This record gives sequence, structure tokens and C-alpha cells, in this order.
Amino acid sequence: MHIPDGYLSPSTCAVLYGAAAPFWYAAFARVKRLLHTRLVPLLAVSGAFCFVIMMFNVPLPGGTTGHAVGVGAATVVLGPWAAMLSVSIALLIQAVFFGDGGITTLGANCFNMAIVGSLVAHFVYRTAAGRAPVTSSRRTMAAALAGYAAINASAFFTACELGMQPGLFKDVSGAPLYAPYPLHIAIPAMMIGHLTFAGLAELVVSGGVVSYLQRSNPALLGHSSYGNRQEAASTPSSISAWGPTAPLWIRLALLMLLTPLGILAAGTAWGEWSARDFSNPEMRQKIASASRNVKPPANQPQGLERLSSAWSAPFPQYAPPFVRRPVFGYVMAAMFGSGLIIGLFLLAGWIAARRGGVVGKASP
Amino acid sequence: MSAKSRGVVERSLSSFVDVLQHTFDAEHLAKKKGLLQSLDPRVKIVVLLPLVVVAALARHLWVIVALFAVAIALALLSKVPFATLAKRVWLTVLTFTGLIALPAVFLIPGPAIGALPLFGWNITAPGLRAAIYLITRAETAATFSVLAILCTPWSNLLKALRVLRLPIVLVVILGMTYHYIFLLLRTAHDMFESRKSRMVGPLEGRELRRMATASAGVLLSKSLQLSGDVYLAMRSRGFRGEVYLLDEFRTGWFDWLMLALFAAVAILAFWFAR
Repeated sequence: MHIPDGYLSPSTCAVLYGAAAPFWYAAFARVKRLLHTRLVPLLAVSGAFCFVIMMFNVPLPGGTTGHAVGVGAATVVLGPWAAMLSVSIALLIQAVFFGDGGITTLGANCFNMAIVGSLVAHFVYRTAAGRAPVTSSRRTMAAALAGYAAINASAFFTACELGMQPGLFKDVSGAPLYAPYPLHIAIPAMMIGHLTFAGLAELVVSGGVVSYLQRSNPALLGHSSYGNRQEAASTPSSISAWGPTAPLWIRLALLMLLTPLGILAAGTAWGEWSARDFSNPEMRQKIASASRNVKPPANQPQGLERLSSAWSAPFPQYAPPFVRRPVFGYVMAAMFGSGLIIGLFLLAGWIAARRGGVVGKASP
Repeated sequence: MSAKSRGVVERSLSSFVDVLQHTFDAEHLAKKKGLLQSLDPRVKIVVLLPLVVVAALARHLWVIVALFAVAIALALLSKVPFATLAKRVWLTVLTFTGLIALPAVFLIPGPAIGALPLFGWNITAPGLRAAIYLITRAETAATFSVLAILCTPWSNLLKALRVLRLPIVLVVILGMTYHYIFLLLRTAHDMFESRKSRMVGPLEGRELRRMATASAGVLLSKSLQLSGDVYLAMRSRGFRGEVYLLDEFRTGWFDWLMLALFAAVAILAFWFAR
């Protein structure tokens, strides 16, 4: 998954360096605040650990072997912020010293593996582990799942970055200048390998390391160690708040999975017609049968035609252009829409909390 | 010991030894008397990084090929053996990128310029150009990067990164990480070797997985223990959070001359690359 130099355009690389920078800054500030002078040796040694763990050959079911990034195990033990920095340091040394992954693409590699990976691993681990005791098998499963989800999320981001290149950067003859495969090839090609072998390697390492620590050194898993340990003590509400909403999250996930059921519905959604449907004989027939056999107007309604070009949806028909299967498109659209709404509410909550905090501080 | 179990343990051992071998090779080459070795490490970064970026920017194949020729000339003048470059860069990149680029020759739509014998798949002009772009670009950028690494002691390269405005604390962390990588590699190597010496029968896949993950767990515990020990050692020597670097680099007239020369090459390449 280490993108070498030459696969991404310099502008994409610059954007991804820019995207990674605030996370690095926030992670560094957060870890420094929690660890003070302990920061330097901890990051140095955990960075070295992440580097070495990437060299481990992990036997996988089926007789093959694979390499893990170690982001799942690092996140569970160090917390997401310290893990983000440790994996970034390991990737930097891999790129600069061993030529594994490019220098121009270092920002992209860190964004995909260190930042997306550790945040996804943290979210999945916290969700799946809940308040289970430190030595419970649920935590082992949660860590394994976290590693698997993290590496697949990283692979998805990598595939999207590679898949965007041919559409954006071509030479005068139309040949792609960088990674040559569009999204509809890059995503399946990347995801098949990661959903199977590479994901399994991460799953085995994350679950196995947590299982080993449960038996030998459970203190390391006590509060998700370092980065989170003091954080957990200072903000218990951030953990307890998860409890009451857990059933809602599960229902939301179920509803997302059920969204493709709409494909089974026959006929046409009344009133949801496009201007072009009025000139399509087959659609005209459907409109008429949905309207108690009242024939639609012979010409396209002018107002509808004029306004229909005012806004083009990014995901027309509930699927981005690169998604071929409608079922997958529906699930993706559900995830994207729900994520957007949740994100907006979180943003609103954060702004409200900040304002409340400022007011609280100002008042006597 | 079964072939499978021997394979897993020995492949891990081989990965660890490869890293150590790579380091010894780099340290050996960095001590040779060549063009890049004689330059101030800061100048080397300022010279080579723009060439990597221009290779990534280029929109004409001949510019990338010309930059590759510059990289080869630099390797010759720096006494870096072609065998080392071929083994460490060219063959690795060609295998990896070639494998990725090959299907593009047939998959990218465009006018056909030939067909693959036996299979009859059409080779398209844009597909072939895309594959050549990807391979030459990756080879050129990787050659420049590896030249910088092979011709500069790691500690100097790290300090030189300050020229890119990297915070001192990050440079110190990277330096320490580099040192502890070798300590942890040695620890992991010893763990696997001692395990290998005690294995007298075949291990099943499940047992092998348990062994590998337990080794990773042990290494993690040892790493965190080590970070605590290092912290106490640093504190005992007076570390209070501030870090300083000794800056012993001196930029001479030859460095300035090379800087001007390569700046001209980079600007010319950038001009033609658009």
C-alpha cells in the first residue's frame, strides 16, 4: 500500500501533505500535552516498533503469509494520536532510508495508513469493545476487527487517490500521466487484495497482540495506554456517552444495509421524473400508469428543463459514477449521507460546546 | 520442522537481516570519495529533492529520460556501483511498477498499435505511453532518492532535514527511532532465532500465527518498557524537554558551485517538463 514516487501528481501529493498536516499538528500537541518530556523516547521507540512489526511475516489461513502495518495493535495500546505519529515516523524512515514508498507521496502514505488507519481502528475498537473487561475475548475480537477495518479503509483511500489520477492528469495525446487506472478498476483491484490477504494479516496481528497482552501484560490495555490513559481519566463522559446510543448506531447500520431493498420496487417513483423522461416513450408509459393513465404533457415542461440543470448531484441515482453495482451504490450513498448528517451535528455540537465554554469562563 | 514453519520463521529472519545489510551497504558507500559524498548534506537535499519533484511533474517522456540520465551520471561520479542500484532500485521498481503498469497497455482505450501474439489483445498507444510514463517516472524518482540515502550517513541526512524547516524535536525523534530500530531488530532476530533453535517438530498454521503474534506482543511490551528506561536515563542526564543539535556542516565554494549547477538543471527540466 506504500505509494511510490511517480504514481500521484505533485498537486495530489501537495493536497495530501496539506490534509495530513493538521492531524500531525493536533496529534503532536495532544501527545505532548499528555506526556510532556516523555514524548521523545516514547515516540522514538514506538516508531521503531511500528517499523519492525512491518517486517514480520505473518502466517495466514490457507498457507500463505503476509505483512501487517501494525496500525491496529499500535492504536489499541498507544491510543489513536500516538499511534498516528508512530506509524508516520515509521513510514518516513521507510521512505527516506529504505526507499519503500515515495518521498513526494509520503504525505499520501501517512494520510492513508497512519491517519485514516489509526482513526478508523480507534473508532471500531471503541465501538466493538464497549465496556468489556480488559481480559475479555470481546476485546480481542474488537482489536482484530479494528485492524481489519483500518487497513481496508486505508486501502480504500489509496485506491481513490490512485483512481482519480487518470481523470485529472493526461498528456496531449490523452495518455494518463500518473497511475493509469480509473476508479472503477483501482477500487476493486485494491480492495480485493486487502479484503482478503492483507486485511487478514492486520486482523491476525491486532487480535493476536491484544490476546497476548491480555495474558501477559493486561496493564498495557487498561485504558488503551498512554495517549488515552490520562484522557480517559479526565473525560469519562466521552466513554460513557457511547453506552445509551449504541442501539441507535446498530439500527442505523442495519438500515444502511437494507437500503438496496428500494431496487426491488417496481414502477417509477411518482413525481421524481427528470426532464428527459418526458421524451422517452418507455418512461412516458410508466408516468402514465403511475398517474392513473393520465398522459403526461407532450413536450418537456420548460420550468423543469430549465431548473434541472441548476444543480448536478455528486451521486446521481444514489451512486457515484465509478460504482457499477446499484446495491453497492445504495449502501455507499447511505453511508455518505448518514456520515454527512452526523458530521454536521457533531460540528454544530462542537461549536455550541465551544460557545458554552467561552460563556462559562466569562461568567463569574 | 515443516517447510511451512521453517519458511515463516526464516523469512522473518531474512527480512531483519536484509535491513541490517542495507544499512551496512549504505554506511560503506557513504564513506567513499565521490561527488555526492563530498557535498554538504543540506546542499544534497536542496539539489536532489527538486529533481524528484520535477521528475514527478514532467509531462514529456524525454524530460523524464533526461533526468534519469542525470541520475546515472550522478551515480557514476559518486562511485555507486550499478549492481547496487540495479538490485536496490531498478529491478525492484521494474518488477513492482511493471506488474502494475502492464495491464494498462491493453486496458487504456485508444487506437491500437499492435496485438499481443497468441492472446490477440490490442496494445493501445495511450496505454503504452501511460505504462512507460509510470515506470520511467518511478525509476527516476527512486534513483534520486536512493542516491541521496546511499551517499549520506543517516545522522547527517537527518540533521540536514532541518533545511526543510523540520522541527528539531522531530529530527531528534527520527534519529532516536533509527537507533532503536536496530535494537528492536536485533531483539526480534534473537527471539525468532531462539525459537527456531528450539523447534524440533512441525508447527501448524494456528501455532505459527500464535508464535508470530506473541513475538509481536513481546516486542511491544519490551518497546514500551524500553521507552520508560530511556526516559529515565535521559532525565538522569538532565533532559528537561529542550533539545539541541550540533551543527557542524560547512558549505564551501564547491557546494555553491554544485548547487548553482543543479539548480540550473532543475530549472531547465522544469521549463521543458510543462
